[in-house]
Amino acid sequence: MELLVTNAAGDLPRSRWLLIHATAVFAFLYLPIAVLVLYSFNKQGVGGFPPHHLTLDWYRILFADEAIWDSVLNSLKVAFAAMAISLTFGVPAALALDRAQFPGKAVFRRLVLLPLILPGIITGLSLAMLFHLALIKSSLATIIVGHGTALISVATTEVFAGLQKLDRAQEEASLDLGANYWQTFWRITLPNLKLSIIGAALLIFTLSMDEIAVSFFLIGRDNTLPLEIWGRLRRGITPEINAISTIIFVFSLITIIFWYRLRMRADSGGDSGIGLLETSQEAIE
Amino acid sequence: MFSRAYKTVVTAPPLAWVTVFLLVPYLLMFCYSFWSVSSTQAIIHTWNLDNYRELLRKSVYWETLLRSMWIAARVTLFSLLLGYPLAYFLSFYAGSRKDLLYQLVIIPLWVSYLVRAYAWKTILGSEGVLNTLLQYVHLTKHPLDFLLYSPFAVVLTLTHIYTPFTILPIYAALEHIPRNLIEASHDLGAPPAQTFWKVIFPLSIPGVLAGATFAFVLSLGDFLAPLLLGGPSGIMISNIVVSLFGAAYNWPLGAAISLCMLVLVVSLLFVSERLEKKWSFS
Repeated sequence: MELLVTNAAGDLPRSRWLLIHATAVFAFLYLPIAVLVLYSFNKQGVGGFPPHHLTLDWYRILFADEAIWDSVLNSLKVAFAAMAISLTFGVPAALALDRAQFPGKAVFRRLVLLPLILPGIITGLSLAMLFHLALIKSSLATIIVGHGTALISVATTEVFAGLQKLDRAQEEASLDLGANYWQTFWRITLPNLKLSIIGAALLIFTLSMDEIAVSFFLIGRDNTLPLEIWGRLRRGITPEINAISTIIFVFSLITIIFWYRLRMRADSGGDSGIGLLETSQEAIE
Repeated sequence: MFSRAYKTVVTAPPLAWVTVFLLVPYLLMFCYSFWSVSSTQAIIHTWNLDNYRELLRKSVYWETLLRSMWIAARVTLFSLLLGYPLAYFLSFYAGSRKDLLYQLVIIPLWVSYLVRAYAWKTILGSEGVLNTLLQYVHLTKHPLDFLLYSPFAVVLTLTHIYTPFTILPIYAALEHIPRNLIEASHDLGAPPAQTFWKVIFPLSIPGVLAGATFAFVLSLGDFLAPLLLGGPSGIMISNIVVSLFGAAYNWPLGAAISLCMLVLVVSLLFVSERLEKKWSFS
């Protein structure tokens, strides 16, 4: 709104204050991460100002640390499997919410979205009780089910948003021209939802890689990366943890920027990224 | 235009999965909260209200719940104080940098939560970055030990984590305000402050409510930050559930606490939704 900036001379100081405030908030959001990255190169340890003797030693130690890489592998398995579960059930759920009427639809809609807003420990504890009663031992598989279920919400909201922008006429035309539902789904519906689905997949992957509350209750013998880091934090901290954190940061940064670009392509509106938040709130009403 | 079979195929599988892995577990938790554990740590499936009585009798539970709500309230307040002016700046003053700055808000929202909580631990520790920096510039002689292992550390870290959650809905609300309303207010001679309080702020209230709800609800149930940075005085309600699940092995009591949290959270969402409806102008 250029109008506001140039409208009155008395308005200028206000914009300067806002700029200072914005800069301070961004510093508050980013400085801790910068410090974390900086100290991953610090020979002396995670604290101590000023940092001196910058070194890559902690990364060398990290790359030789098998327990960490085992947990990374576990986390990758969990994230990909959770992604498969969430999409398998989340995409049809979005179609169902968009197109079908069934008893309990309102409850179903809210239920799907609950894990996104409820404290993770509630979802984790309740699933642990289910597995305990069913005599299923905790393992990576139980974590996969936990993540997969909790993150259906992400797939459903992203795809549901995509469906609202879908041109119904294309599907109608396909059906009128004699294609069956299955063909129409694969050739028309799914390609139109491609960006929403990839976006959802990226978010599910990122959230699963970082998930700790649900995993905490469902962990078996094999650690995921966040739980491995968590365990080490309780034993004392070294810049090796800064090093792995830096790597995690870089990867989530790349994923999020990629996701954002996709989202901008999917809708040229300004609301990207908050659709998820908005819908999860509507869910409970 | 969609056949019955189509609707069944898209409805049945997600419905079944969500029932088995979401609805049944929540109901199971409800049942557990009325059960108890024996001295040999077996679950006794007889129905009673003992867990709820225990919650009311022992002050540690409701004191911790109240402390969690107090921490969450402060986090909400600080997130709004940091978030609102930033969202306002983004919407009205950012100009061509709007898109870039918006991305800068999105990034911390999704960047590893564990990484950011850990970063604060390295900054606030007694030999951490902040304390050694303060001593280096001779502002203090001894480490300030209230920085880490205190409610302060938890509030600071959670504010850092949940501020972006408040910025986005407020920004969305500000973006949806028809610009000609603001122009009209100017044309009618209202000074900028009056335009803000009489036009812009009331119209942004739904966004503020949404952001406040997120910050409050998410920080209320947090268990990582208190465990990592809170120390004994910064323990929150989720930490009690976690310890009842692990070492203490009293799942029924943990279930009762979880259920109270669930009821609290859902009623908060309900109330905020009602208020948002009341304040939205369309």
